[in-house]
Amino acid sequence: MDCFASLAMTEERMTANKHDPVDVLIIGAGASGAAVAWSLADTKMHILCLDQGGWMKPSEYPSTGRDWEAKFYGDWATSPNIRGRPEDYPINDDHSPIKVVNFNAVGGSTIMYTAHWPRLHPSDFKVKTLDGVADDWPIDYDALTPFFEENDRMMGVSGLSGDPQSPLTHPPMPPQPLGLSGPLIGKAMNKLGWHWWPSDTTVATTDYEGRARCINLGHCTPACAQGAKASTDITYWPHAIRAGVELKTHCRVREITTNEHGMASGVVYYDQDGVEQFQPAEVVIIACNGVGTPRLLLNSASGKFPNGLANSSGLVGKNLMFHPYAQIYGFVKEPTDSNRAPPTCLWSKEFYDTDLSRGFVRGYGVQFGRGAGPVFEAVASEQKGILPWGKDHHRVFRKLNGHRLHFSAICEDLPEEHNRVTLDPVLKDGHGIPAPKIDYTISENSRKMMEHALAHGREFLETAGATDICTNSPIPWGGWHLLGTARLGTDPQRSVVNEWGRSHDVKNLFIVDGSIFVTSGGVNPTSTIQALALYIADQMKQRLANLFD
Amino acid sequence: MIVEKSLTSAQRDDLRVISGMMIPESSEYKVPGADDVAIQGDILATLGRDTRMVSTALDHIARLAAKPLAALDDIRREAVVTEFRVSGGLPAATLARVILQCYYRDDRVLRSLGLELRAPFPKGHVLPEGDWSLLDSVKARPTKLRGAKIGR
Repeated sequence: MDCFASLAMTEERMTANKHDPVDVLIIGAGASGAAVAWSLADTKMHILCLDQGGWMKPSEYPSTGRDWEAKFYGDWATSPNIRGRPEDYPINDDHSPIKVVNFNAVGGSTIMYTAHWPRLHPSDFKVKTLDGVADDWPIDYDALTPFFEENDRMMGVSGLSGDPQSPLTHPPMPPQPLGLSGPLIGKAMNKLGWHWWPSDTTVATTDYEGRARCINLGHCTPACAQGAKASTDITYWPHAIRAGVELKTHCRVREITTNEHGMASGVVYYDQDGVEQFQPAEVVIIACNGVGTPRLLLNSASGKFPNGLANSSGLVGKNLMFHPYAQIYGFVKEPTDSNRAPPTCLWSKEFYDTDLSRGFVRGYGVQFGRGAGPVFEAVASEQKGILPWGKDHHRVFRKLNGHRLHFSAICEDLPEEHNRVTLDPVLKDGHGIPAPKIDYTISENSRKMMEHALAHGREFLETAGATDICTNSPIPWGGWHLLGTARLGTDPQRSVVNEWGRSHDVKNLFIVDGSIFVTSGGVNPTSTIQALALYIADQMKQRLANLFD
Repeated sequence: MIVEKSLTSAQRDDLRVISGMMIPESSEYKVPGADDVAIQGDILATLGRDTRMVSTALDHIARLAAKPLAALDDIRREAVVTEFRVSGGLPAATLARVILQCYYRDDRVLRSLGLELRAPFPKGHVLPEGDWSLLDSVKARPTKLRGAKIGR
């Protein structure tokens, strides 16, 4: 069946299950979708959000059971391909050394993340000007500052203000304790004369806005049973819903439809019973992450938009950036926090800025890890060949378990058009919608950066007295940060959306997730993604009278 | 929903033998081996989505051994397992992981490691505050934020 026949059939179906139009339709209830929904709620417009996942139940989170670690290899795996929940869609990442990881539910990947909360630096918004590579962003750090602050308050951030090498933040809660691992890391970094600082995190260290304080369950990444870790299902969404936003779960959007004027007219989606529906809307906002968003745009091809919606630049899906992680770890004689604390507590910006003497441009942030639980330690060490089989197993395991320290470099990935998301010609999700396919290679610049990180991470570990040093470079299942595939810009030929998130091609279509990043910086991006979503919502509110001009 | 087939009797026998080779009983640490009845029971009861991969791994062992592992002498058995670990790929890694994840949640093993026999939630853990004076030298550094318009 060709695409025009398919489109014609869609038009017929649209009349069969057509709903009353809404003013604003948001696709995706994760980090950015929740933020934009909450911000727009004060307009009193009729706002509807559709998410392919459902509400999570903290009482079923892994840390509530004795098998908490084993779940990370199955039902709570970071990879949707391994996890395979009905809410997940498959991703063909065979042609990428870094596999995509995400979570699909109300809250999105904020359900399953480490809660590490750095921001992009001012320099990250002007890499072309400063370093002659990639492109400058069409906005700067200062434009986002009030939205960073607002977002930190909404998500509930803990940390220590005053880091001399990071943007100034004002966390409303004190930092996590240093624990056992923090001083070991700090002493080694001080010996080397390298920068380190307590991380801003979205782990509540005091009771905060209805959230209970952290009690150190340790297993933060696959969801927090205590509710101390911020995820948008417990931060933004309760506020947005109270303010009148409607959220429909288990609704998977297949395509965005357009009318004869080339404007978005609504979406076709499958409801929780698998029945096809059409939801008309005046404005459509996409918040589906750097893989889900280009997938949806490419699946929305039509006669007027044969190469995918909002794709006159040809850049939808291109310039995918992951942040290759160069991780190195070792084992010290002293006990570390192991699984008895949030996994991340400290960062370093020592190698963040460009220093051409290192042999590469741009740089990386470092996120230190406190340790691991016994099952994770046993499995990882056996795979690395440092935990033997046989009679020596017990002695060696006792040397390793509870003694691990991590040094993980988040390497800035520069945009390259050949790194891209396309539609897989064969693979489909449970509703028959074509799945995304990833083609990605690590650039020479990134490789040099990763080698530098491993060499300096080794120096750090040896200074801390660590032995049995191992590396994961890149971390294979480390594709958390999905960026760049529908970039911001003022030039319609070089970008997908304008400087305030509106599609150049479709005047009532907005994108607010990580796909609009122009460059990636060298830090976890969620804080910046949400600040951008709030910024775009604010821009929309200021322009309501002439939003489509 | 895919219903996973359970392991055959021969596969279970080989699973028990290879588990014991991986983690033998230790009187020194007062822990059972991974071939312990209760641990084997836990493995079989919770194989779930790993059943197919573990079955593939055990079939690979059976091909290498050409007879039940228990029937081989020690030298031959070690040789088979060494070859299995080299050539077994993802199924071998899955088998090892399944054994380890059940072994390291057994009460006797956790007790030997000095760990509490409970889920992390709801009790959690207490984390020492640590020595914050370590940060003094970092605080004394000059502010350095490239590209900022007005310092910060």
